Amino acid sequence: MANAYRALAAALAASLTLAPAAHAQKRYGPGASDTEIKFGQTMPYSGPASAYGTIGKAEAAYFRMINDQGGVNGRKLNLISLDDGYSPPRTVEQIRKLVEDEQVLFAFQTLGTPSNTAIQKYMNARKVPHLFVATGATKWGDPQHNPWTMGWQPTYQHESQIYAKYVLKNRPNAKIAVLYQNDDYGKDYLKGFKDGLGSQASKLIVAEASYEVTDPTVDSQIVALKASGAGVLFNITTPKFAAQAIRKVHDIGWRPLHFLNNVSSSVASVLQPAGLDKSVGLISVAYFKDPTDPAWKDDKAVQDYFAFMKKYYPEGNAADGLNAYGYAVAQTLVQALKQCGDDLTRENIMRQAASIKDLDVPMLLPGIRINTSPTDFYPIEQVQLMRFDGKTWVLFGDIVSR
Amino acid sequence: MARQARWWQWLGLLAALALLCALPFALSNYRTFQFTLALVYAIVLLGLNILTGYNGQISLGHGAFYAIGAYTAAILMDKFGVPYWATVPLAGAVCLVFGFLFGLPALRLHGHYLALATFALAVAMPQILKYKGIEEWTGGVQGIVILKPDPPAGVALNQDQWLYLLTLAVAVVMFVLAWNLIHSRVGRAWMALRDHPIAAEAMGINSALYKASAFGISALYTGVAGALGAIVVQFVAPDSFTGVLSINFLIGLVIGGLASISGAVWGALFIQFVPNIADHISKAAPWAIYGIFMIAFAYAMPTGVAGFLRLAWSRTARRTAGARAQA
Repeated sequence: MANAYRALAAALAASLTLAPAAHAQKRYGPGASDTEIKFGQTMPYSGPASAYGTIGKAEAAYFRMINDQGGVNGRKLNLISLDDGYSPPRTVEQIRKLVEDEQVLFAFQTLGTPSNTAIQKYMNARKVPHLFVATGATKWGDPQHNPWTMGWQPTYQHESQIYAKYVLKNRPNAKIAVLYQNDDYGKDYLKGFKDGLGSQASKLIVAEASYEVTDPTVDSQIVALKASGAGVLFNITTPKFAAQAIRKVHDIGWRPLHFLNNVSSSVASVLQPAGLDKSVGLISVAYFKDPTDPAWKDDKAVQDYFAFMKKYYPEGNAADGLNAYGYAVAQTLVQALKQCGDDLTRENIMRQAASIKDLDVPMLLPGIRINTSPTDFYPIEQVQLMRFDGKTWVLFGDIVSR
Repeated sequence: MARQARWWQWLGLLAALALLCALPFALSNYRTFQFTLALVYAIVLLGLNILTGYNGQISLGHGAFYAIGAYTAAILMDKFGVPYWATVPLAGAVCLVFGFLFGLPALRLHGHYLALATFALAVAMPQILKYKGIEEWTGGVQGIVILKPDPPAGVALNQDQWLYLLTLAVAVVMFVLAWNLIHSRVGRAWMALRDHPIAAEAMGINSALYKASAFGISALYTGVAGALGAIVVQFVAPDSFTGVLSINFLIGLVIGGLASISGAVWGALFIQFVPNIADHISKAAPWAIYGIFMIAFAYAMPTGVAGFLRLAWSRTARRTAGARAQA
């Protein structure tokens, strides 16, 4: 009898030693191996949104730094970044190339709302992780219908609802004009704004003007909006058009309460070309530290960022918020990949991306944490309002959650 | 001698067809996808050849008919749930009507003016497709995403292989129809109108009807190809159909060989694969490399690839006949 118990104990002990070994087994999807993790992205390095191209370069530089430090769990990060010119048909073509020809493990930070809309069905049908897309459209946080797609930044609707609440509180009888890009990105912001205004939306919004991303300028739309007599302007434009709009608003002598969408809040890419003196008084939101803000001069995260830019991306403009953005997302990805350990299958990557708890990415504003879960595909859901004072963005108010 | 040539021709054709059928099983899915697109372009170039090669009417606007065909298929599939295979003939029919209607006022224009008018259509197309009034149907800037069709139940092929073979079947049918058309009374009328329009009219050929129908048939071919293209790429958006597409078709037509049915295949292979090769050679200036390729082809083969092959064939035939005569 005792022998039987001893045998059982030995068997149990043996199985316990085997179990962790089975757990530590390496599992790889396409593009992953003992030495590298290959993933891809499409970025607008050319075309009307080429100001965003620096994000891809900053991210590539960050991964070079990680590789120099030994990689993630001993594996080198291999980012294949292709140009799609912000044109959805080209995005489709390049993503097919990345997934079927280059056999990447996942797509990371593909940029552009229309571009990502074009590939969302394909990525989900093929079960390829469509991670941390570089757009804030609300539809990326839908794990029920698109379990392979996840955004990263706060959603556009959340942001514009904050602007709406600000108007209702500070200028309750204002006449509002809206300029928006005529695609999913612009319409997402507009919807959030109208939802935030609630029943007052149709009364307060006196003029709406849209433009196509292929248009050369938005000057005529700005003139038309001023003619409506509005005292508040909500500017939903990508960097090139934002710079034009800000400059035109100032040049025609219009001084509205001017809300600028966060995607064009970069001092280097938008406000400097528009004219810093013409940008005074702009209101936007932030969720990461603006490198030009003197308040962060002695902040360790910002100092690390400047050191990184100097060494790994010296031709980039360290003062450009877009580079800080790329730096922060890249940090998030590295964290998610570290969590994967040796199980680098597409399913596990998605699983780990959907189980990030209270991640403190140093570049984010203090108090803002990244949280995801199988039912919450919105990693960042907190922002803070900021106003431009002619030199830099100055934060005000409290951190607002969704 | 002529009898033997025909026998060789049939053998060569069957061998080529067998090779094309075997292609998707030997290549990766991505390459199969690229070859499917090449077949789609071959159908377009066939249509363009009917209009420009055989009937002498220059068109720089076939990208517009391609777009109409693609959007017809996409809207039918997305909004009305029409099965994908039914959208192909429907798209062809829609483009036949559009092509014929465009061909009627185009009768007044010749040469450069016709080229300009057709180019205007091509350039206007993206803006028309983005027009807010029809945005509900066309999806505006965002375009329409189509689900990739599955092979019918019981067929052991993957989606890319099935689409390739389907496109190949349609292409073969279109090529046979074109061959019959060109070698019939209609084709001869078209060629007569191209070479000597006044003499042709004097002989009783209804110039208006034949020229407009050439436009219509050409647009039908392009529409069928557009529908197939939309299904294969699974996405249509206004920016897929810019003026550059029409220029590309013209390039394929000339490089492949005007007034030649086989030229459509060579031209299609050129416009599908040479940009990719150029991209591999130089990431910085791929279009410059593409231009160099075009110049090289135009210089070495002024009558197109088909013309060059015909010349080479007849030269070797003469040489062997001469050798045989001497022996």
